[in-house]
Amino acid sequence: MAKTMLEVKNLTTFYKTRMNEIVRSVDDVTFSLEDGKSLGVAGESGCGKSTLAMSVMGYYFPPLHYEGGTIVIDGKEITNLTPDEIRGSVLGSEIAYIPQAAMNALNPTQKIIRFIEDVMAAHGKKMTKSEVRDLARERFEILNLPDMVLDQHAVELSGGMKQRTVIAISTILNPKVLIADEPSSALDVSSQKIVIKLLHDLMERGYVRSMMFITHELPLLYNVTDDILVMYAGQIIERGTAREMVFDPIAPYSKGLMNSIIVPEEGTRGNVLQAIPGAPPNLKNPPAGCRFADRCRYAEQACFKLGVSMQSAGGNRSYRCRFTVDELREWYRNEQ
Amino acid sequence: MSNEKKEVFLSGKGITREFGTGARKKVAVNAVDFDFHRGEIISIVGESGSGKTTLAKMILGLLTPTSGEITFEGAPRDISSHAKRKKYWQNIQAIFQDPFSAFNIFNKVDAVLLDCIRLQGGGNLSQEEKTAKMKEACKFVNLKFEELSNKYPFELSGGQMQRLMIARIFMLHPKILIADEPTSMVDACSRATILDMLLKLRDDIDMTIVFITHDIGLAYYISDTVYIMEHGNIVERGTADEAILNPKSDYTKRLLGDVPKIYEPWDFSTAT
Repeated sequence: MAKTMLEVKNLTTFYKTRMNEIVRSVDDVTFSLEDGKSLGVAGESGCGKSTLAMSVMGYYFPPLHYEGGTIVIDGKEITNLTPDEIRGSVLGSEIAYIPQAAMNALNPTQKIIRFIEDVMAAHGKKMTKSEVRDLARERFEILNLPDMVLDQHAVELSGGMKQRTVIAISTILNPKVLIADEPSSALDVSSQKIVIKLLHDLMERGYVRSMMFITHELPLLYNVTDDILVMYAGQIIERGTAREMVFDPIAPYSKGLMNSIIVPEEGTRGNVLQAIPGAPPNLKNPPAGCRFADRCRYAEQACFKLGVSMQSAGGNRSYRCRFTVDELREWYRNEQ
Repeated sequence: MSNEKKEVFLSGKGITREFGTGARKKVAVNAVDFDFHRGEIISIVGESGSGKTTLAKMILGLLTPTSGEITFEGAPRDISSHAKRKKYWQNIQAIFQDPFSAFNIFNKVDAVLLDCIRLQGGGNLSQEEKTAKMKEACKFVNLKFEELSNKYPFELSGGQMQRLMIARIFMLHPKILIADEPTSMVDACSRATILDMLLKLRDDIDMTIVFITHDIGLAYYISDTVYIMEHGNIVERGTADEAILNPKSDYTKRLLGDVPKIYEPWDFSTAT
């Protein structure tokens, strides 16, 4: 069995609003990620995908606070470190992050090479300027960026190039875990494909050991990641391999999410898109029972009252619903 | 939509738009011809910078074509004066990509909808009639009027704002709707709701919808006719099945290859 790169146990973090209200946007999340594997995180806007990414890095600043749980990266626990220790020895080298808004992530007044020199200096790597430049050049070549970019400013680059530059900067220290938070949602399909291919290349060459990929585009996750995790209202709803999750989802919410897939393939035009009615619950005071109950078409009285925990569905699969796999499958079959 | 073709009521011939002059001249849209029929959904698909938004702005009358002629309801479109332009705009409306910047932040939701009633000439209706109209529009887009009427636009989520935009369109019922990437800023779940509403607008009030997108999957799902644009030229034109399942141009084939699919493997060798 491959080595576990990232292990998150019962992680709970919350936002504190100005009114001192508590919003638990990552609630009791447990998952692990093995060496050489990629994990996709799916879910609709506001379900806690990006907060999960921020929380997993262990670097909390208000309004995000840590409440409980452990994060272990390659055998080293990071939850008991101070923010300065995390900045110096975890971020960048152990766990790296590609932000959603990569377009705005680069300081417009600096040349690209300066960012890389900064990263090296911040992590205490003693390297001369020419050594840094050689390393950057090598990395840029893999990412298909011309050398010239190193001496340019961010405004001179196109959207796809900025995204690739950000990827180069975040992975320059060979992180063990890379968190890509919607890295391609601002790009058109052709640039998106290039970015995905480069992330793949980086993993194959071993510069990045494992990857967490966050997006709401399910066809993309299906093609990119090994496993998929579906989140809803701060909790994990279901986990399984990409194939299982797309073709045979168990939990009613994942089933609804899979029904919103649109692909340009024969026979899909006639399909009826089934949007899930309603909106996610307000996490300031989450419902006592199943959080999806009021939008779920199979919900019974008990669903609204009793909390549900994750249930195993054999192997690496688990889901969060009161009903058994057979009951749910039976309902789905009858609907077709 | 039935199979027989309905009348053409908006068409363009040789529409060209250039930006800049001399050496910096850039042709954004190059001699494009189009024919839009009543009650159909037309998708214009292309990458960033292919000229799809420029074409939409010319149809809307926000940009003047450098050359070419647009015909509306059988006569050349005339938007030379302000009064004529206002008259044209009663027939055409638009939804844009960014719902967050589409509303006046000082107006509450009911003010947005009341404005539409006023524009329809319903300014002297009784309060009950106005509320009934607003409720009907909100019901069409699956929003609860009672919950929203007293909120400001920034208190809504992106999907709700985009749906409120469609509620406006429903109240104004224009003959043509230009939807410029209406789903690119909302998640997959709200996207399905919005697409269903556009289909409902087409079926219920026979609206012509020009759907602009870079996602060929969406175009295939929603449209009757597809136009594919590359560098300002239309490279493929046909029904959704013709253009997307049996593409003729290399560009369409490449674009299709770039979209992640679920029934066939994704080929990375074409990504350069």
